[in-house]
Amino acid sequence: MIYQGKQKIWADYQKEIPDDHWFYVRSCIRQNFFPGAERMFLEICRGVLGRDFYETPSHTTCGGIAYHCDTIPQETVMTIVARQFSLMTEAGYENYVASCITSFGNYIEILETWNEFPELETRIRELLWKACRREFKKPKYVAHASDLIYKYRNLIAEKARYRLVNARTGEPLKVVEHIGCHYSKMFPSKGVGGAEYPYVLCGMVEAWGGSVVDYPERRHCCGYGFRQYHVKANRGYSLSNTYKNFESMEPYHPDMIITNCPGCPYFLDRWQYVIAETEGKTYGDNGYGIPVFTYEEVAGLVLGYDPWDLGLQLHQVAVEPLLDKIGIPYRPEDKYKGVDRKELMKPELPGVLRCC
Amino acid sequence: MDNIFGFKLSPSSTIDMDKVDFTLFDKLHELEPDAWKCMACGSCSATCPAGTFSGMSLRKVLHCLQRGKQKEAVNMLRCCMLCGKCSIVCPRGINTRHLILSICKLYKED
Amino acid sequence: MKQNIVIVGGGIAGLEAAKRLLRLGYRPIIVEKQDRLGGHVAQWHCLFPDMTPAGEVVSGLIRDTAEANIFLETEISFMNRLRDGYNIMLSNGISVIARAVLFTTGFSLFDAAKKEEYGYGVYDRVITNGDLEHWFNTGSDKRVDGGEIRAMGFVHCVGSRDEKARNSQCSKVCCITAVKQAIEMKKKFPDAAVYCFYMDLRMFGKKFEDFYISAQRDYGIRFIRGRVSEVSEDIDGRVVVKAEDTLAGKPVKVKLDLLVLMSGMVCGRDTESLASMLRLPVDTDGFFKSRNNVSAVVQSPLEGIFYAGACTGPKTIPETLAEADTAALEIVSFLYRS
Repeated sequence: MIYQGKQKIWADYQKEIPDDHWFYVRSCIRQNFFPGAERMFLEICRGVLGRDFYETPSHTTCGGIAYHCDTIPQETVMTIVARQFSLMTEAGYENYVASCITSFGNYIEILETWNEFPELETRIRELLWKACRREFKKPKYVAHASDLIYKYRNLIAEKARYRLVNARTGEPLKVVEHIGCHYSKMFPSKGVGGAEYPYVLCGMVEAWGGSVVDYPERRHCCGYGFRQYHVKANRGYSLSNTYKNFESMEPYHPDMIITNCPGCPYFLDRWQYVIAETEGKTYGDNGYGIPVFTYEEVAGLVLGYDPWDLGLQLHQVAVEPLLDKIGIPYRPEDKYKGVDRKELMKPELPGVLRCC
Repeated sequence: MDNIFGFKLSPSSTIDMDKVDFTLFDKLHELEPDAWKCMACGSCSATCPAGTFSGMSLRKVLHCLQRGKQKEAVNMLRCCMLCGKCSIVCPRGINTRHLILSICKLYKED
Repeated sequence: MKQNIVIVGGGIAGLEAAKRLLRLGYRPIIVEKQDRLGGHVAQWHCLFPDMTPAGEVVSGLIRDTAEANIFLETEISFMNRLRDGYNIMLSNGISVIARAVLFTTGFSLFDAAKKEEYGYGVYDRVITNGDLEHWFNTGSDKRVDGGEIRAMGFVHCVGSRDEKARNSQCSKVCCITAVKQAIEMKKKFPDAAVYCFYMDLRMFGKKFEDFYISAQRDYGIRFIRGRVSEVSEDIDGRVVVKAEDTLAGKPVKVKLDLLVLMSGMVCGRDTESLASMLRLPVDTDGFFKSRNNVSAVVQSPLEGIFYAGACTGPKTIPETLAEADTAALEIVSFLYRS
């Protein structure tokens, strides 16, 4: 692998990301799967870095899941998005940042479609007015939340208490970066680093001390694939796609996986359990899995937040071996304690995949 | 292992050339240099009197052998009547009957 | 000399035309931007279909044009039309008034790095057709010499017939070049499996089809009909190639020790700037536009401006040489007429 060759491509796909004043919209599903991630994003941007991020309880789904499952037509998803933009306009913001990769892809796709077909934009404005008497301005800038953590990666590194380094050997951790399909595969120029060698997560990993694993199936879908997962008859394809990724990354013995999409960490994490149960195969050391994180969780870890405050106890694959590797302290007895140290129920441990 | 999930891994349809054993095909190529000469025009299949009913297709037989799918190839060949029509039409002048017989000899299954 | 002829480009088209004009009693001026003559062909090793050494062709032409006025490392700075000729300012400060100008500016090789999915410049063992010819000539390229070659492949149509690469034209010579190079590699590495990934094989020229049949029959080159979709690198540095095997209707995957990208001919880098100096039309493919693509290929729409070779589109060497000869004759009859 010629690193300079990649750098050349990365240089071609850089984008000017505004530094401050963002209208933030959440993902439909992330708060259920990885409840600490979005909270940590706002905590870092507002609390640690002092930036202005606004969010409103009135915002809804962007319609992306239904759109990609083919259950609603394009006009509907466009009108939903138009309403989101009207909330941003009402709040006086021009920079729009989405927590979800599919939302980000959805916004970009819709704005590009309106660019090509202005009559469609006019029609959506009419539909929005008829539906809820709202009007909107298009955002000046649409970013994915990982673009911002990428932008702030060096500021985070300056304040970091831990690095993605094996504390015992001093070696950088081997990190697989997995990019959500809708980040730049549709519009390569809209993603940091383009579609073939996206840099957005690589940049974070490098800034925080890790080394990136580039394995043959790195471009492959995590397995979510919307209709592959949501239609139960197709769910075997979802599992098979995840399996393909793990089989391909296995020889590299990655220490962890970092992702920037709502679906990827979920499927890369949970399907390791199903693969273990059905195939008897695990991919980490000593029967454990390979822990999978969102980029916000990784940022939170290096900044020294308590792993259980980051919601890492909701991961299927045990994170403790990785915390030990980095040297991040944690209290095992607190893993399943909720707010005010209230005892939560302890999950049953799986049979094959080793967990803590 | 019982599957409690109601779904499982689907087999990959990818042809993995690294897993294809070319030992027999290389022997065939030595015996019949024309084994690689087919350009997949389909004339043999279009003219094959057995093809319409049985799925026999010499083009596919050769392609299957080149991709390591011997079983499929041998199964198709069972329906060949050695009528020789394909050798009349082959634009590359392949002696198809000779080729088929060589395949049968090399790939015969007990 | 009031009957000056300027030839822009010292590749084989320019040299052949100069040779012809010298024999007809003219002394043309060759302007070449590089520090050597012979263009792309000078860097090639052997030529299809008879494996003629490229160096012989080029050195023969250079010998035959020794009498011409040759300016190396010289570019056209400026050019404008006069009442009966052209005023040409060269980058070396010399200016020439010419009655006739012949553009033999050739083509550029498509920059394979633009097809990011193939990983040229990123993966250790991905090279281009040009790199392979260079290796045939010099025998040194660490991407080829890096290890044992058990399997290798050629990707046809890299940047050609590809609207995503903004080149919808067929580059014409890469099919036969790949077949030629595949045979050469098979000769060097008899035990290696050699693959060609193609969309169509366009074997239009004399003996091309024989070459293709020989590649199949005598060398067992494995032709897979399907365009390569993506290339990656595995932990051992081998190249993992994925494509659709369109004859099987299934995806196909193979690990290779070397992958050669058949970069196509695209319009020369200077075509647009040269064309704009004289407001010459450029075709939709970016090459110079002939007065007529059937009956006046070597003529431009302007009196006294002529074309030869790959500056009007991808050409084989014999086609280029024939065009250069035609252009030389056209120039002479033009001068005679006026």
